[in-house]
Amino acid sequence: MTLNAIRVENLRKEYSGRDGVVVAVDGLSLEVRVGECFGLLGPNGAGKTTTVEILEGINQPTSGEVEVLGRSWARDERAIRERIGVTLQETRFPEKSTVAELADLFRSFYREGLEPQEALRRVSLESKSEAFVETLSGGQRQRLAVAIALVGDPELLFLDEPTTGLDPQSRRQLWDVILGLKEQNKTTVLTTHYMDEAERLCDRVAIVDQGKVIALGSPAELIAKIGGEHIVEFALIGKDGAEAVDPSDFAALPTVLSARAEGDGFALTVEQPHLAIPALLDHLERTSRPPARLTTRQVSLEDVFVSLTGRHLRDEDAENSRESGRKSRRRGRGRG
Amino acid sequence: MSRYHPLRSLYLSRIREFYRQPARLFWVYGFPTVLAIGLGIAFRNKGEQPIKVDLIANGSESRVEKIVAARATGPKIEFKQIAPEQVDSRLRLGRTPLAVEGRPDGSVVYHLDSSRPEAQAARAAVDDAIQRAAGRVDPVSVSDVKPVGPGSEYVHFLIPGLIGQNTMGGGLWGVGFLIVNFRIGKLLKRFMATPMPRRDFLLAILGARLTFLVPDVAVLLAVGVFLFQMPIVGSLWLVMLIEVVGALAFAGIGLLIASRADTTEAVSGLINLVMLPMWIFSGLFFSAETFPAAIQPFVQALPLTQLLNALRRVMLEGATLFDTDILISLGVLALWGGVSFFLALRSFKWS
Repeated sequence: MTLNAIRVENLRKEYSGRDGVVVAVDGLSLEVRVGECFGLLGPNGAGKTTTVEILEGINQPTSGEVEVLGRSWARDERAIRERIGVTLQETRFPEKSTVAELADLFRSFYREGLEPQEALRRVSLESKSEAFVETLSGGQRQRLAVAIALVGDPELLFLDEPTTGLDPQSRRQLWDVILGLKEQNKTTVLTTHYMDEAERLCDRVAIVDQGKVIALGSPAELIAKIGGEHIVEFALIGKDGAEAVDPSDFAALPTVLSARAEGDGFALTVEQPHLAIPALLDHLERTSRPPARLTTRQVSLEDVFVSLTGRHLRDEDAENSRESGRKSRRRGRGRG
Repeated sequence: MSRYHPLRSLYLSRIREFYRQPARLFWVYGFPTVLAIGLGIAFRNKGEQPIKVDLIANGSESRVEKIVAARATGPKIEFKQIAPEQVDSRLRLGRTPLAVEGRPDGSVVYHLDSSRPEAQAARAAVDDAIQRAAGRVDPVSVSDVKPVGPGSEYVHFLIPGLIGQNTMGGGLWGVGFLIVNFRIGKLLKRFMATPMPRRDFLLAILGARLTFLVPDVAVLLAVGVFLFQMPIVGSLWLVMLIEVVGALAFAGIGLLIASRADTTEAVSGLINLVMLPMWIFSGLFFSAETFPAAIQPFVQALPLTQLLNALRRVMLEGATLFDTDILISLGVLALWGGVSFFLALRSFKWS
């Protein structure tokens, strides 16, 4: 058996939109190894959901090669379906079914699988077994969706934005569930636009933008690519002052690798904060621009994305103004 | 593995979802029952009704009353005395079909809008009474015979209509609307991501539909039989067979409607578009034969027309499976079902 759970080569998906062809996935290639948690990370409309739906066999590629668990959808559809589990973005399960009934129903589709109660136990939902779906909270519904994906005891699990729209506590609960799956050595493909989620859960991450993989590696590798490990963020007193300052003024300071404007202030990627910060404060005093605030933090995947694209992952406004038409169509397709 | 069977699980989940929704239970069972009872009572044959007409109070009214009261036979006539100036307004507003005015010279004047059938009937009855009381002798001997036999009451005609229309609604909403809701909620897509056999998914929906047919039909039949003494002349088995074929035909049309629609608005609009001509033309509340001959081919091609014809012919007239018109009705329904299933499965969007 191959060591890759998924192999995708030069995947392309085009939709015929109202004004011409819309390219949702544009020559995407990646490999997912057996047993790892693989993250597809990118802003809304990057083509994550389309890619995942093609891998799940519920959407057809325009061109490209897709191999799932060493099989192809065209030849071995049934065999693949028996071995994968799926959660979609926001599935509305029948409100008047109980949790246990739904788990039983989905269990009946698989030749082999878990006891439905065991699947519910793995997502800590066994106490809600007799509850109607309509009484569940958003987080419980998502955990139910994961339980239903687990009930066929899949080798490969797809989770499409499992925590979008959840409150922080429900997100953490779901993270625990996903970390638990990792211990059982299941291969998991997770899409998300939350950086912290990918950093925390994924062994390897592919950053996807405009239908392509623009970076691939473990979160630590991707962060290391930026060079520094620390970000120094600061703002200046008085708005006009900040606007008049060119971020590149700070790039020459000791151990500063790059500088950019960030919100109402600036963000510096820094190798050694204990050298960079005193130099920065000196510089600000010399130019009589006292800092309004100054913080340091570790480099995150968000910074990786920004350094690769010049945009923020969830920078909705910037996205909308730049490519509103194309983006909204993509989203419509992705969810339709 | 016998504990888990996709067809059985899907079927049971359909059944559960239905009976757990009280609102849906009301619309499927309660509403048609209330409608049947309401219309049944409103149109009940109440025996011979008195003819109610106005009598103008001008001094001669008691003479007219006496003449009419003196006769021995004919329908009962009830007078309501009104002032002369009220006559025109009461006729205009349809409060009375006829106002009778006795003249001092013994003659009688009738005030009526003769374009209204009930005005003419009232005039004929009153005039007949007055002329006979005055000594007219009819040269030809006549007698009246009332229709007898099953199905002579309007409600007996109505009940098969309601049963058929319930079958239509159940098929279109119960299959079409349901599937589109699954699609909107991405449940259809979620099912497709499992190894679930598509055939089982459709069979479960059809199975549930046929299961609900039993109470659907039973409730309305019980109302007809026990509340309105409706006779069931033909075979109950044949009624059920016709209903099954009808239900499958409408389930097929429902599936076709649902094959691509992906919003609630689209599917509701399509369902109403399909149902509207049948409500109007299929003879739900009155016989479809009353439509002009020119549109009869269209009327007769509608599945509901054939379903109602067959139900009425069997229930009220005792037609059997081997009567030509029953076979034709079943054939038309089967054709609708077969063609729409075929088209639906070819164009069905499984996501």
